[in-house]
Amino acid sequence: MTRTDTPAAGAQPLLELTDLHVYYGNIEALKGVSLTVGRGEVVTLIGSNGAGKSTTLRAISGTHKPRSGTIKFEGREIQHLPAHEVVTFGIAHSPEGRKVFSRMTVFENLQMGAFSRREKIDDDITRVFDLFPRLRERRSQKAGTMSGGEQQMLAMGRALMAHPTILLLDEPSMGLSPILTEQIFKIIAEINEQGTTVLLVEQNALMALHAAHRGYVIQTGKILLADTAANLAANEQVRQAYLGEI
Amino acid sequence: MPVRRSRLNFVNLFLWVLGGSILALAAFGAFLTIQQGRLSGDQWQTLIVAGIALGSVYALLALGYTLVYGILFMINFAHGEVFMWGAFTAYFAATALNNAGMMASNPILAFVLVLATAMLVSMLVAVMLERIAYRPLRGAPRLVPLITAIGASLTLQYTARGFYGSGVRAYPDFTLFDGSIALGPVGMTVKQFVVIASAITIMVLLYLFINNTRTGRAMRAVSEDKDVAAMMGINVDRIIVTTFAIGGLLAGAAGILYTLLFNQVHFFMGFLPGIKAFTAAVLGGIGNVIGAALGGLTLGILESLGPNLLLTGYGIPAPNQLKDVIAFSVLVLVLIFRPAGFLGRKENV
Ligand SMILES: Nc1ncnc2c1ncn2[C@@H]1O[C@H](COP(=O)(O)OP(=O)(O)OP(=O)(O)O)[C@@H](O)[C@H]1O
Ligand SMILES: [Mg+2]
Repeated sequence: MTRTDTPAAGAQPLLELTDLHVYYGNIEALKGVSLTVGRGEVVTLIGSNGAGKSTTLRAISGTHKPRSGTIKFEGREIQHLPAHEVVTFGIAHSPEGRKVFSRMTVFENLQMGAFSRREKIDDDITRVFDLFPRLRERRSQKAGTMSGGEQQMLAMGRALMAHPTILLLDEPSMGLSPILTEQIFKIIAEINEQGTTVLLVEQNALMALHAAHRGYVIQTGKILLADTAANLAANEQVRQAYLGEI
Repeated sequence: MPVRRSRLNFVNLFLWVLGGSILALAAFGAFLTIQQGRLSGDQWQTLIVAGIALGSVYALLALGYTLVYGILFMINFAHGEVFMWGAFTAYFAATALNNAGMMASNPILAFVLVLATAMLVSMLVAVMLERIAYRPLRGAPRLVPLITAIGASLTLQYTARGFYGSGVRAYPDFTLFDGSIALGPVGMTVKQFVVIASAITIMVLLYLFINNTRTGRAMRAVSEDKDVAAMMGINVDRIIVTTFAIGGLLAGAAGILYTLLFNQVHFFMGFLPGIKAFTAAVLGGIGNVIGAALGGLTLGILESLGPNLLLTGYGIPAPNQLKDVIAFSVLVLVLIFRPAGFLGRKENV
């Protein structure tokens, strides 16, 4: 079920990173990363531990500022903006490790997701509850008392509450059973069909390449390969390094 | 829970023996006092009511410590001075209103104006404190803002001394609240009633605010995870200032209630209530809003009841002069036996 329907080439990309350098203290975590995401695409960023996947997403959402390079969203440079302003542009980040507000209820977590918008949110809550019926049952439960899978659903639902144009997903399958993982990926496809662009970070490269149109392989802070998901899935190098084949 | 708890090393052993001795002494003193029947039932009741009134003030102040700790994990040791600034500045408003005859002609409005002055001034001082002293240190090791807080505390004390002088000033009397009332079988002065009722009202409002408003939710989110809160679109700096502002408003109100009970202001008046409210916040579980309220009330009652209950039995003269000892013994005992306080850090904020 690898997807091949790439959006029209040549159109202006929705998101464009150019030569991004990001540091933690003196450690250079991203050494000139460039990538693009087109409107309506699912793009995946795969790579092993410590490659810089989460750092890339943090730079986009403004939680960790790049030292140099540009991030353009809908043609505007956003790399200098604080995180709480970036989200108002339509960029929602579902961080690694879920990071739900554990002392708040499920419903309150969803309210927090819509914090950047001041309109009524009833319809959005309904939409999230339709995507994740489990959350509807648990709406008054404290998020910290939920299972890992439920927390992952909540983290995604919370990000969707921002009405994002693009959804940044950091390892949504981490720690989940194969069945739950499959379910999460189904929902990612559904979200994308409803019109949301997705940038997906995964260690589960096989699943990610199935779900995505295009992919990038990142290694120690540099983009190693960029291609359609189908080509990457067939690539010898990728198969050996990330798909667990010898 | 601290990891080192399981190991009963020498220091821990010493502390436990110390704590145990204090508790045993207190228990024995209470036994002697009760056995000797030194105080009548009415006297006990009077002491408890006084303790609740004092505890209400501590609770309002303790909330300021706990709210800031919940968000920044720092102890704002200058909070007592925030309280002092509100009460002291409002003294001038009260005097002016009194001289203009308004305390007599329109006492309720006069009281509200004085209260509003204190709350506003304390809020401004708290906000300035955050902007000038603490914000530049965001991200520094935890000891740095702590030392800064102590410096800020001294600066605020001596600035007040410079502006307002070093004398003790008597607040004009709010004759509006003279007299006493009875709630069922419990008698109290009107002032005590006003103090307790105002504190409860303010705390209920705060609780509703934190749990049911957009800003309150944002405060809780920031206290859980600043990065993720920012991802949601929350301006974390603004929420931090808001938290200091709320703490300041509460401290200003506490200042006026305190002067209702004690009738005087002084540039050093924030020091002891500040430390005691900090004790109350630790007692309730620092970072926990309900804990701060409970800790404040408990400490107020202990302080009022303690000297008579625990010390009279030993025949110690004028035990009330030792009430501060009670408060600090409580702090020591809590830190030895239950550093997480009554409610630890679990529930809201
Ligand atoms: N807060 C931090 N402080 C210092 N170094 C960090 C920090 N966060 C990440 N790094 C370093 O930056 C590099 C990239 O980390 P990043 O979290 O982006 O990797 P990742 O690709 O998401 O890995 P994983 O698959 O394990 O999540 C790593 O070498 C990591 O050690
Ligand atoms: Mg990562």
